[in-house]
Amino acid sequence: MANTEASFVRTEMVAPQEPPLSERGVVKWVRENLFSGPLNTILTVLALVSLFYLVKLSLPWWLHGVWKANSLGECRQIIADAYGPDATGACWAMIRERWHQFIFGFYPPEMYWRPILSFGLLFVALAPALFFGDRRNNLVILAGVALFLLLSLWALDNDLLHIALIMMMMAGFVALVLIAPRKLLWFTLIYPALAQFLLWGGSVWGPVLTMLGLAVLAVVYVVLQPRFGVVMASAMGFVAACVWWLALQSSVSTALYTLMPIGLEALDSDQFGGFLLAFVIGVSSISAALPIGILLALGRRSDMLLIKTLSVTIIEFVRGVPLITMLFTASLLLQYFLPPRTNFDLILRVVILVTVFSAAYIAEVIRGGLAALPRGQFEAADALGLDYWQAQRLITMPQALKISIPGIVTTFIGLFKDTTLVTFVGLAEPLRGITSIVRADIDWKGIYWEPYIFVGAIFFLCCFSISRYSMYLEHKLKTDHR
Amino acid sequence: MAYVADAPKASFRPSMLIYDTRYRSITIQVIVLLLAVLFVGWLADNTIQNLAAKDKDINFSFLWNRAGYDLDQQLIPYTNDSTHGRAAMVGLLNTLAVAFLGCIFSTILGVFIGVLRLSKNWLVSRLMTVYIEMFRNVPLLLWIIMVFVIFSEIAPAPKDFKVTDEMIAAGELPKASMMFMDSVAVTNRGTNIPMPLVEHPLGYVNLGFATANLTVVALFALIGASIYANRRVARHARAVQEATGDRPTIWWKSLLILFAPSIFFLWALGFHLEYPELKGFNFKGGLNVAHSFTALLLALVLYYGAVIAETVRSGIIAISNGQSEAAFALGLRPGRTMRLVILPQALRVIIPPLISQFLSLTKDTSLGIGVSYLDLRGTLGGITLNQTGRELECMLLMMLIYLLISLLISFVMNIYNHSVKLKER
Repeated sequence: MANTEASFVRTEMVAPQEPPLSERGVVKWVRENLFSGPLNTILTVLALVSLFYLVKLSLPWWLHGVWKANSLGECRQIIADAYGPDATGACWAMIRERWHQFIFGFYPPEMYWRPILSFGLLFVALAPALFFGDRRNNLVILAGVALFLLLSLWALDNDLLHIALIMMMMAGFVALVLIAPRKLLWFTLIYPALAQFLLWGGSVWGPVLTMLGLAVLAVVYVVLQPRFGVVMASAMGFVAACVWWLALQSSVSTALYTLMPIGLEALDSDQFGGFLLAFVIGVSSISAALPIGILLALGRRSDMLLIKTLSVTIIEFVRGVPLITMLFTASLLLQYFLPPRTNFDLILRVVILVTVFSAAYIAEVIRGGLAALPRGQFEAADALGLDYWQAQRLITMPQALKISIPGIVTTFIGLFKDTTLVTFVGLAEPLRGITSIVRADIDWKGIYWEPYIFVGAIFFLCCFSISRYSMYLEHKLKTDHR
Repeated sequence: MAYVADAPKASFRPSMLIYDTRYRSITIQVIVLLLAVLFVGWLADNTIQNLAAKDKDINFSFLWNRAGYDLDQQLIPYTNDSTHGRAAMVGLLNTLAVAFLGCIFSTILGVFIGVLRLSKNWLVSRLMTVYIEMFRNVPLLLWIIMVFVIFSEIAPAPKDFKVTDEMIAAGELPKASMMFMDSVAVTNRGTNIPMPLVEHPLGYVNLGFATANLTVVALFALIGASIYANRRVARHARAVQEATGDRPTIWWKSLLILFAPSIFFLWALGFHLEYPELKGFNFKGGLNVAHSFTALLLALVLYYGAVIAETVRSGIIAISNGQSEAAFALGLRPGRTMRLVILPQALRVIIPPLISQFLSLTKDTSLGIGVSYLDLRGTLGGITLNQTGRELECMLLMMLIYLLISLLISFVMNIYNHSVKLKER
């Protein structure tokens, strides 16, 4: 074979050539992605034309934005002076002057550190749940929170002593995470009382003793559980805790407060507003709704006819009516359903009803998670001789919750967006409450794009980042090998 | 298995109510029932006490009293002399109108955008992603209020449409002009659109609880009959195709059957459009659609369009690539592949979430409160409630009606879901 030398057979390899111009680089990309066929070409041209018009219409408005003015009229004057009488421009000066109302409502400015601190600590409390004891991620979260607290407290002119104290607390958390990341869960447990104390102020003993009620529940449960089983023990614990909360707590708390008057200045719920209110309602409702939702989901899958019927009725009723009717129930009807002369805070009433509302949705999400588990899991738990609650706690729920986390997060996003509806029962949420207050001001009358864009942008940031986090979580928790 | 029969038939002891799984479930159910009854009784007792303290009773007779307020959008005849019940009915129809139109338009928009987001065109798919994320992640209420504010603040006043002789002489154009060949005028007071009218209406018939417009009824009956006849023709064509292998050409028959009767019917009755015209300071004639309706509908469609687009996209993605490759291998064109292979399978994934989105859309029509749209909540749960002071009755009735609507929608859609579901075993 070696000596057959035909003149038409090449003996050396041809040097590789670059692909033709239309098959490489930008040209190829544009051809393939933008102009690959007549339909695509039309679509691209249409998209470009509409983009062009959008930019042409709105770009001057964005570019001519004014940040320093005292009223809308002044804004318009500045824009007219600078860019001619027909020029349009954004008047961001309104945001500059009123941003604190959009964020904090009517919270006293010198106490802004309280909501900020509770917001920061919220992430510390969430960290163990968000990242499952992953030390590195927890540290990243803690560092982020510390940086956020430092910057925002410094920007709000808090004195150095307070900042230093808060930073020492953060350092304590970092140390805790480094030594025993799982122990951070205890902070998660006490966070609700802490946040309530920070936000509303008042005597420190109220929240402390409320947490003590939970401790009573835990002690009774631990003592009685071996004898009476989970349901009876937790019921008795609940009764004991109720006795503590309703009968004893207030007198003990008053006595302690006269002995040791520790506390922060008490604030009224009227002073809450803006995104602070949205976060308070959203976070407290969703965290209270989670256990109720789990119980409802279990009830809906129960073999016991009565419990199943009850759960289905509650879930379907709540899911069948709009949230707004639930809110009106909170503001108009709850006074009929509760004992005469009970009157409590509107925010609390709204939180209760929103909790019921989201519990039904969460129940459906968790039911989906339970339904996705293979039957073998339930049977294996039975075969191991676990009782119902052990099986739920050790086998079923960890898997079902894992599957339903994206759904729970979606529910939370929906709920967070729906907190805007509390405006209709008279709470000053950012979108309509605060915006209408601002627009009623003589200085800012007639302003409409800017407040809505500002509020919308903050909502977008929150919801978008939460949904991205949920996607990350879904990816991370996917342990099956499909 | 003998030992099963040997299980001790011990006599019943009270402790078995707690320790024996056979009896424990009964114990738990009895306790729960007792607690539930106690709770409901407690609520009822409180309610009775509270009502007594306020000198009120539970009484629905106010529904037959004179309402005394006007509604700006009414699909059935209503004046301020009508009853509260009638007002609630008008409100319910307004709710249903927005919900119905919203479901249809948002589905169309959603499918369109969902498919475009999957397009191979980089620019278009990015634009659609931006659209979807922008609308999904911002509260619906913001879109409703924003659309409303834009309509009522930016739209020109009716006087801006005026063309005077001096302006013609000077060659000036009016500040604003009507759209779509002088048929639609968007002003700051509302949107004026042409109104379909017939010269020789068939009249009304009183059914006792409602009056039926015979013209509309006849038209719908005719359209239904046309659709039925068309299906007969298509079925016949299919039978012929299966028997002989040749499909008869039927598209012109279909067109004729579908459209000719209705067009002839409308022509015979003298169908025409009444265009809005500027008379004096406002538009007269035609149909004036309030901005509250437009804003609510538009915002719902844009928002739920984005939500449905995501559903559609995930449904299409869920169909494995092998399906479309197999269809291409069989020689089907892309359009037919989509229609015959992908969509029927994707529908199964899409429909269950779509049902819940329709339900949410229907419930979210109650956000019309943000722009004072007089729907069920605006009439029964708003003005009527405030006028009569009967919070309990109004709220309960309103919740019940919303609940019924929701159950009805999920019932109907579940039937449809059942019909497209994969039939296995």
